Amino acid sequence: MLDLRQYASLGAALKDALERWPNETCLIEADRDREKVRLTYSDFKEMAQPLCRALEDADFKAGDRSAIIMTNQSKWLISAYAILFCGGVLVPLDYKLTALEHLELLAHSKARFLVVEYYLWRAITQLPEFAQLGVEIVLVTEAPAGADLHGAYRWEEFRRKGDPKFVVRQREDTACIVYSSGTGGRPKGCVLTHDSYLEQCASLTAWYPFWPGVRYLSILPTNHAIDFMVGFIGPFVCGACVVHLRTLRPEFVRDAFVRYRISYVSLVPMVLKNLERGLRAKFDELQPPKRWALNRLIGLNRMMTRRRPRLRLSRRLLPEVHKAFGGALRALIVGGAFTDPATLQFFYDLGIPVACGYGLTEACTAVTLNDLKPFRADTVGKPLPGTEVRVLNPDGEGVGEVAVRSRALMSHYLDDPEMTAQTIIDGWLLTGDQGRFDGDGHLQLCGRKKNMIVTAGGKNVYPEDIELVFDGLGLKEFCVFAANFLWPQRTLGDEKLVLVLRLDEGQQIDDRLREEIGSRNRRLADFKRVAGYLLWEKDFPRTATLKIKRGELAAQIAESATRAQMVQI
Amino acid sequence: MAVPTIDHTLDEILNLAALHFKVPREKLTPDDDFFKTLGIDSLQALDLLTRLEHHFQIELPDYELQGVSDFRTLANRIQARL
Repeated sequence: MLDLRQYASLGAALKDALERWPNETCLIEADRDREKVRLTYSDFKEMAQPLCRALEDADFKAGDRSAIIMTNQSKWLISAYAILFCGGVLVPLDYKLTALEHLELLAHSKARFLVVEYYLWRAITQLPEFAQLGVEIVLVTEAPAGADLHGAYRWEEFRRKGDPKFVVRQREDTACIVYSSGTGGRPKGCVLTHDSYLEQCASLTAWYPFWPGVRYLSILPTNHAIDFMVGFIGPFVCGACVVHLRTLRPEFVRDAFVRYRISYVSLVPMVLKNLERGLRAKFDELQPPKRWALNRLIGLNRMMTRRRPRLRLSRRLLPEVHKAFGGALRALIVGGAFTDPATLQFFYDLGIPVACGYGLTEACTAVTLNDLKPFRADTVGKPLPGTEVRVLNPDGEGVGEVAVRSRALMSHYLDDPEMTAQTIIDGWLLTGDQGRFDGDGHLQLCGRKKNMIVTAGGKNVYPEDIELVFDGLGLKEFCVFAANFLWPQRTLGDEKLVLVLRLDEGQQIDDRLREEIGSRNRRLADFKRVAGYLLWEKDFPRTATLKIKRGELAAQIAESATRAQMVQI
Repeated sequence: MAVPTIDHTLDEILNLAALHFKVPREKLTPDDDFFKTLGIDSLQALDLLTRLEHHFQIELPDYELQGVSDFRTLANRIQARL
């Protein structure tokens, strides 16, 4: 791999990667079972240079913010490369947000350029708020012939001949602004420097190296912190190959493992669980003697890999299972949310190493990771090299708030010094997560101190961000909380949001109101919906400026109501 | 071949969803939130989409399901491609 200590910016490292391995395949894009693109590092350079040159001609300047809203595909990485080559700041936005949320984040980030897929652009242009879009240049990919692009350029035609000039950036310059959450409420744009990414990449590849020939299957959205690092920067600076799959259909994901002999893949717990369900269903179809033999082999593999993974041995013991994953899988990287230890153990017992970790966007990508020496299903691993982790104010069981210090941390939240000051204190990032260290230096997470949930799909949801949808409900007042924030429990997983309702004097909850709540709830993306409501009979405590005192209200609710009083919506 | 009516398409979708997720057909209605009624996550919803593609002999990109959570809207998306 490249020696990242020698580089001042992501752009510089990526530029050298394209020179270093010209004939290695760096990118494959497949849609279902159809391969659409296959590029060597040299091809990639040839595709990217005319875009870099066109950006130059469009007066693209160092530090210009450029958003990307796309599903995983080759044009995502080519565009990101061009933006970084030209000294820009990348703003990767989640394509699963609504068009209105995209507009809000484009405005918040003050993006000057935007690269967007046609179907997403079409949705944005249909909103009345589109008139206020401040982006100057928009590049739309895969637009049908004759489509009205509302002043945007076709990505495929935005090209100029000639050699572009590389724009030098320094380690302390901003590389990316990544939104950890926050639309409709208070957007949290994590400002990450080139130093953050280069340091984080060096730490991660020290434990999980890539090399030419290694293939990484990219199915998490590339805007996600994990995939941006492990599905773009990491493989590229090591000469490895990224495989993009433009569908998440389980049958095509399974097929891609085999077709491309995948070495690594990053997954959120929901996808891992889905794979587990598929495998268990297959095992259940086996005739009793075969099932008995399989169980014996799994037991033997478990015993033989107790201290460390032994890939060759596991592949020989359980060839059918490993063939189903392509036969070249080195590890599943799992993060983004709480993962059931039983699921992790299930895969490890099959001889498939699972690198379970813990991270947050504010810390670039990962804070801790399982080094598999030995595998532990009950922890999120040890701090990565160069990362310090402390448990603040531990209780009798050693549990306290997890704090992190490293060069990979974000420098601040965009345009929010108040929230930055609350989150980073004396160089330590307060994560809001509760945890403890065990005797072997492994971190165990035990709950959350902050008022938010993380879904099994790895999405952060902050209650304040979804309250807007309930505005104007015919009642006195309402507030949304994470159920675990009201009633803390020493576990993670199955996290829910609860809508607290204060009715008007003499008002009763009736079918009309219940229906209205349900209908508004359905307007939210499925992972953002509240699970239930709680009737509250006192006025909410408020500040002099009439803001709800959430902490005080939460304490009152925790004292006088129980989780069981929540009514399912 | 004549394009089926939207009501017919909707009915076929409800039948297939009931069959695929093993729930009584009478428990499903067009405006149901299928994530909630069927108790499924977004990946299982994609599984259903594959089943529907085979049945209607069309191809639906994953993004057609983005923001869709009720059978009626799903039927409209499918109808547009028949």
